[in-house]
Amino acid sequence: MSGPELGLALSVFLACAVEAVEALTIVLAVGTTRSWSSAFYGVGAATVALAAVVAALGPALTALPIDVLRLAVGGLLLIFGLQWLRKAILRGAGLKALHDERESFAEEAAAARAAGGTERGFDGYSFAIAFKGVLLEGLEVAFIVLTFGANQHRVGLAAAAAGVAIALVVVAGIAARAPLTRVPENTMKLAVGVMLSSFGMFWGVEGAGASWPGGDAALLAIVPALAVAALAAIELLRPAAATREPT
Amino acid sequence: MRPLRSALRSAARSVWEFVVGDDWRSALGVCGALALTALLAALGVAAWWVMPLAVAGLLWLSLRRFARER
Repeated sequence: MSGPELGLALSVFLACAVEAVEALTIVLAVGTTRSWSSAFYGVGAATVALAAVVAALGPALTALPIDVLRLAVGGLLLIFGLQWLRKAILRGAGLKALHDERESFAEEAAAARAAGGTERGFDGYSFAIAFKGVLLEGLEVAFIVLTFGANQHRVGLAAAAAGVAIALVVVAGIAARAPLTRVPENTMKLAVGVMLSSFGMFWGVEGAGASWPGGDAALLAIVPALAVAALAAIELLRPAAATREPT
Repeated sequence: MRPLRSALRSAARSVWEFVVGDDWRSALGVCGALALTALLAALGVAAWWVMPLAVAGLLWLSLRRFARER
């Protein structure tokens, strides 16, 4: 496996694991309070919808000329990655509240109980919440799978990395029978932000017609440099957070 | 026709929210930096350094803006 392919697999795996943890919390909340079977139907329907999105857009993207693809996808990936990176840095510095799976679970479970009595058989509420939760969390992963995969013509590898991450999270969720609160979500989001932004920058420059010194090896400098910059930003912003409540 | 236009507008808004999020300035900056890279490359000038500088600057400005707002 080449360096860029390893980067692709790692980025998709981490992004997918983080999103799967969040989706798992939602499914657990409606499943334990209302109906497991309806929640599973919702998960299945959302998975089919996401697979259809990847299957439909993957070949269309890979059919584009490589320079156009790299410029467009690199730009989009960089814009998208900077969002992940900024939020992870703000959370790391204490300027934004960390995502708390236990709290999310409690909120979702309270909303599920308040939604009224469960219907016998199929429960529309459980289906709809599980479907929406998995679809929304999964769309970000589908975007990453498509952009990374299409750029390297390895949509299959990206999809496989996503599948492994989902399987691991589901197994861990079944074993724990509770939200996965010990997953270092923000560290993983920071890593994903660094990878998305680095690859976005790399491909964007190549798509714009410029060349990196050292070719693909430039990624070995870009990724650590951006990671160091992100960690430095967290340290620089910490004093500002000390005087404020995270929101 | 009106429902179709409304659906298209809603879809466009969702895509915008999804990709750009709450920081359109950074998105605009990325597009500008890519355009400058393409221009310099077309003129035969080594242009790889534009994006790292732009990303560092845009990220720092974005962080400062959000830190001040909070």
